[in-house]
Amino acid sequence: MSGVAKIALKGVEKAFGINHVLRGVDLAVSKGTSLVVIGGSGTGKSVLLKCILGIVTPDRGEILIDGKAMRNRDDFLSHFGMLFQGGALFDSLPVWHNVAFRLRQGRGKLSKADAQELAIEKLRRVGLKPDVAFQFPAELSGGMQKRVGLARAIASNPSVIFFDEPTTGLDPIMAGVINELIREIVSEIGATTITITHDMSSVRAIADHVAMIHAGKVRWHGPVTEVDSAKDPYLDQFINGRAEGPIESVR
Amino acid sequence: MQAISFFTGALASIGRSTLGLLASIGRVIIFTTLAVSHMLRAPFYPRELAAQLLQIGYFSLPVVGLTTLFTGGALALQIYAGGARFNAESVVPSIVAIGMVRELGPVLAGLMVAGRVGASIAAEIGTMKVTEQIDALTTLSTNPVKYLVVPRLLAATIAMPLLVLIGNIIGILGGFLVGIIRLDFNAAAYITNTVDFLETGDITSGLIKAAVFGFIVALMGSYSGFNSGRGAQGVGRATTNAVVSASVLILASNYLLTELLFPA
Repeated sequence: MSGVAKIALKGVEKAFGINHVLRGVDLAVSKGTSLVVIGGSGTGKSVLLKCILGIVTPDRGEILIDGKAMRNRDDFLSHFGMLFQGGALFDSLPVWHNVAFRLRQGRGKLSKADAQELAIEKLRRVGLKPDVAFQFPAELSGGMQKRVGLARAIASNPSVIFFDEPTTGLDPIMAGVINELIREIVSEIGATTITITHDMSSVRAIADHVAMIHAGKVRWHGPVTEVDSAKDPYLDQFINGRAEGPIESVR
Repeated sequence: MQAISFFTGALASIGRSTLGLLASIGRVIIFTTLAVSHMLRAPFYPRELAAQLLQIGYFSLPVVGLTTLFTGGALALQIYAGGARFNAESVVPSIVAIGMVRELGPVLAGLMVAGRVGASIAAEIGTMKVTEQIDALTTLSTNPVKYLVVPRLLAATIAMPLLVLIGNIIGILGGFLVGIIRLDFNAAAYITNTVDFLETGDITSGLIKAAVFGFIVALMGSYSGFNSGRGAQGVGRATTNAVVSASVLILASNYLLTELLFPA
């Protein structure tokens, strides 16, 4: 990686009581690239994302955005989008309002008509018909909710996007569709992305680089093209889904 | 030896409970300070406030109205029966009116709204927390306390006095109906007795109590929702906590407010 990283973590540690989730994570993501973070359940991947977002405050370590410590979280978040694992769509709002939520806030907020138009355009981009805009999240299938979540994540053309387990709970075909959409859209808007997933098909479809977290630290980090040939026994066990190996199956 | 170990164990348990209680009180105070500080700073969400006014105020009207109607009626019967022991049946209209506006109107409306609205706020915010909707708000550059808590606090504080005002009228009407139908009071005399004995201070004290109770209901609902545990059980517990804590705080603050407003 050359130049200043878009997002860099240095020695980030976080514990919840006696549970030390992150034990010194060092990670860097270059501008315009896609990093996929893999690792077993409960290894701290989601906590890592929440630390970067400022939802969780690290106990130690530094998080740098464009080489500088984040001073104003609101500035960072204004160029940021996120697709949540369960969609996290607001039940009480129609789909169009979910998609254009950020653009309906603050001083330069869009009018209702403009927001609806933009939402319909973003929904079309993720393969949903305009009439979906006027439905409520509870009326949609899991795959459609993921697409709406994706439309919301890209609504303001952010420069940084996080994807938290984007294909969890979807059938293989829908998972493939979502992976493809993520790859296409991210290339289109040139965003820097971090994705958390257990799904190796997502890793191969989305990633430029892969980082594996184990025991609260980055165990392996490298280009996606080297994942299969890497000699790390932990990575090898994880990507091949073997019960036998250095990672305990009962955690 | 066994007795000493039992004694120290009991002492430790009391200590732990006390520390836990103090920590909870501290967390509620911090949450309240945060929420109130957000009330005073932009951005504001008038659309959310309007929706909550409708939800908390307008939709609580039937339950508050029915509660005060029946309570007013029962109060008239009780006062009549009690007053008859020393030939003071004529006090029914004035005591019903004073009892309703000073005490029963605000307290019963507060408790009913705690059950209806406090539970609903805790369940809604708790579910939003569990399904990461609160995290989503943060990532969409929206402060969850400002967007979710402030409109509910304001709406409940504004709506409760209005609800209690209407509840008081319905409660007095309940007493009036029982008075003229069951107790053979003259309708004109009943109304005159009600109006003559009621003072402005009686009404305003009830409305002040109502505003405080509204704030408590929305605060405890929001606090419990924000601190909800995971899953259905966590949200269920948050809902129960919201109703129980709001009800206890309403009764406790009612005593303190009565001491302040009507010192002996």
